[in-house]
Amino acid sequence: MQKIVVLGATSAIAQAVERRLASEGKEFLLVARSPQRLQELEADLRVRGARQVLTLSSDLADSSQHSALLDFAHKQFSGFDTVLLAYGTLSDQRECRHSAALAEREWHTNFTSPAALLTLFADHFEPLKAGCIAAITSVAGDRGRRSNYVYGAAKGGLSLFLQGLRSRLHPSGVHVITIKPGPVDTPMTAHLPRTPMLANPDSVARDICRALKKRSPDVLYTPRIWQYIMLALRIIPEFVFKRLSL
Amino acid sequence: MDSRSLDVPGAAGLDAAKVTDYNSWGRYPQVKHQAVHRPSWPDQLPELLQTAPRGSTLPYGLGRSYGDTCLNEGRDLIDCSRLDRFLAFDPEQGRIRCEAGVSLAQILELAIPRGWFLPVTPGTKFVTVGGAIANDVHGKNHHRSGTFGHHLSRLALLRSDRGLLLCTPEQNPGLFRATIAGLGLTGVIAWAEFQLRRIPSSWLQVETVAFRSLEQFLALTAESDAQFEYTVAWIDCFSGPHLRGIFFRGNHASAADLQLASASGPGVPFPLPEWLLNRFTMRWFNAAYFHKHALRRGRSLVSYEPFFYPLDSVRKWNLIYGKSGFLQYQCVIPEAAASAFQQLLSLISDSQMGSFLGVAKRFGSVPPAGMLSFPRPGLTFALDFPMRGERTLRLMQALDRVVLESGGALYPAKDARMSSQMFQRSFPEWRAFLPYVDPKLSSSFWRRVTSE
Repeated sequence: MQKIVVLGATSAIAQAVERRLASEGKEFLLVARSPQRLQELEADLRVRGARQVLTLSSDLADSSQHSALLDFAHKQFSGFDTVLLAYGTLSDQRECRHSAALAEREWHTNFTSPAALLTLFADHFEPLKAGCIAAITSVAGDRGRRSNYVYGAAKGGLSLFLQGLRSRLHPSGVHVITIKPGPVDTPMTAHLPRTPMLANPDSVARDICRALKKRSPDVLYTPRIWQYIMLALRIIPEFVFKRLSL
Repeated sequence: MDSRSLDVPGAAGLDAAKVTDYNSWGRYPQVKHQAVHRPSWPDQLPELLQTAPRGSTLPYGLGRSYGDTCLNEGRDLIDCSRLDRFLAFDPEQGRIRCEAGVSLAQILELAIPRGWFLPVTPGTKFVTVGGAIANDVHGKNHHRSGTFGHHLSRLALLRSDRGLLLCTPEQNPGLFRATIAGLGLTGVIAWAEFQLRRIPSSWLQVETVAFRSLEQFLALTAESDAQFEYTVAWIDCFSGPHLRGIFFRGNHASAADLQLASASGPGVPFPLPEWLLNRFTMRWFNAAYFHKHALRRGRSLVSYEPFFYPLDSVRKWNLIYGKSGFLQYQCVIPEAAASAFQQLLSLISDSQMGSFLGVAKRFGSVPPAGMLSFPRPGLTFALDFPMRGERTLRLMQALDRVVLESGGALYPAKDARMSSQMFQRSFPEWRAFLPYVDPKLSSSFWRRVTSE
């Protein structure tokens, strides 16, 4: 891995990943909405050792901007070998439960738009017979829970999409990595009650960087313990699970 | 679109952290804050300051101030630790510009492999640049290099009343001098630029020498300060009238490599029971420490990490003092009043209440960089005391009297209890500092020492 496109580059986890990769002299195309924040991020990564940093301001939730983004990457950042999709929103789930409009927006940002965007990247990599697509979904997508099933549905959908994409791209040698973090201490989780389970963004980033370099595992749980927690949660029979206030 | 873009509750997508996580390093006093904001980007700061009521908030870094300069009881904090981006670094000239939430540890990671080191460093690398400026920190090279503020070329200060201001020794010079050692009260530092120090290697040539009297310590200091960039003494606070300790002196070694030290070791998982640190265990520890180094007198090649940051290897070491926390007493005494130094040591030794790690050093005579800078010519002495209620506070009041009579001062960054008279007498520029305080900012410390 040398040239990476980061979608949602100003998110907390993405930044932690970028910092680690920058110190190894990697090259970046950073995509996010705010030009000002992109500029600040670019300066930071250059100081930390990034060999090249390009930025592109784009509202990724707006699917009409996707093909322009791919064009830009193609022309200005040709030869990129990795894509990391790191954007998403976690809205107030109590409000989402009762507002179809809000829920729809949540699904669009967390499922429809990422899936559409990755479809374009998949078509880019497939004929090249090389490359890696990594996307951050969530452990919330592993089982529908009453506290966050609106968000969980989108993330679960994205995980399923990635699973299928992985199978489709496997013959062409393109890797697809599904990243499932547990709750991480970022602005996105600020409104949740604080628990000792809140992971540090840098330790999550360490796991992600390792996976990007090794092109493995297919599904990364980070921190690792969530693999076992979710395994336990998944095997609880539905008639019991529906009674749990999780 | 990024994770902060939509619908996240809280003003402007700001992260309101759990308020009980915010203590000072001494864990005394324990206070409750109303709200803690954790901005991730500088563009969130103006609104945060605009919407704050008068005297309601205070920038907070990594909480390594010992007392209450970083606390704001019943009011708000702005946790700046996520504002930690580098803006520019010139590896040829060693000039660095970064946001105020960057920690010294992050700077070392960047600087050491490229042959640079901090111009001045305190005893922990887990402080932010903003905190290093706000407390105008000093280190073992004060006699040569002064304080952190002396190496600062520019800073950008965000004020609630005047917006973003560039401050340098020439531009807004008053605000520049007020912000250095300004305890975070003059505005929120958006970024700062300072000069690093060239190093030929990440190793130090260090000598340790045992001493057994105050005279010997003073003689060692006088002899060493000219030849060594770094000098500091460890003092056994249980040694009674016959002072003893170990003198450490070192220079950057020329022939070795540039190597980052590896990550830290074990941590203290929870506040330890308070009976563990009693006068017997502490007396024993001090004696053992003395003999270990007294026997091993001589020269050695030491990595920067154990030399500058011996305690950083134990995460959360402050928890060894238990639930009640501890107080650090750091004073400076004019050199002419060396007898006061002896008096302090006798008071402490008689009380049997000190703990390990009494540290002494002679400050150089560079003029202070900030209005409220603590270092001034003379001897500085620092010692931790487990907080044992009235008893501890009474001892410190007795120490205060000696310090004040000698014309000395206490270090605000270490203080949780000095009287307002003491502060005002030993920091006479505090009245000149007042007009520079941002109307939206205040702190527990500031309210305490300006209360009358």
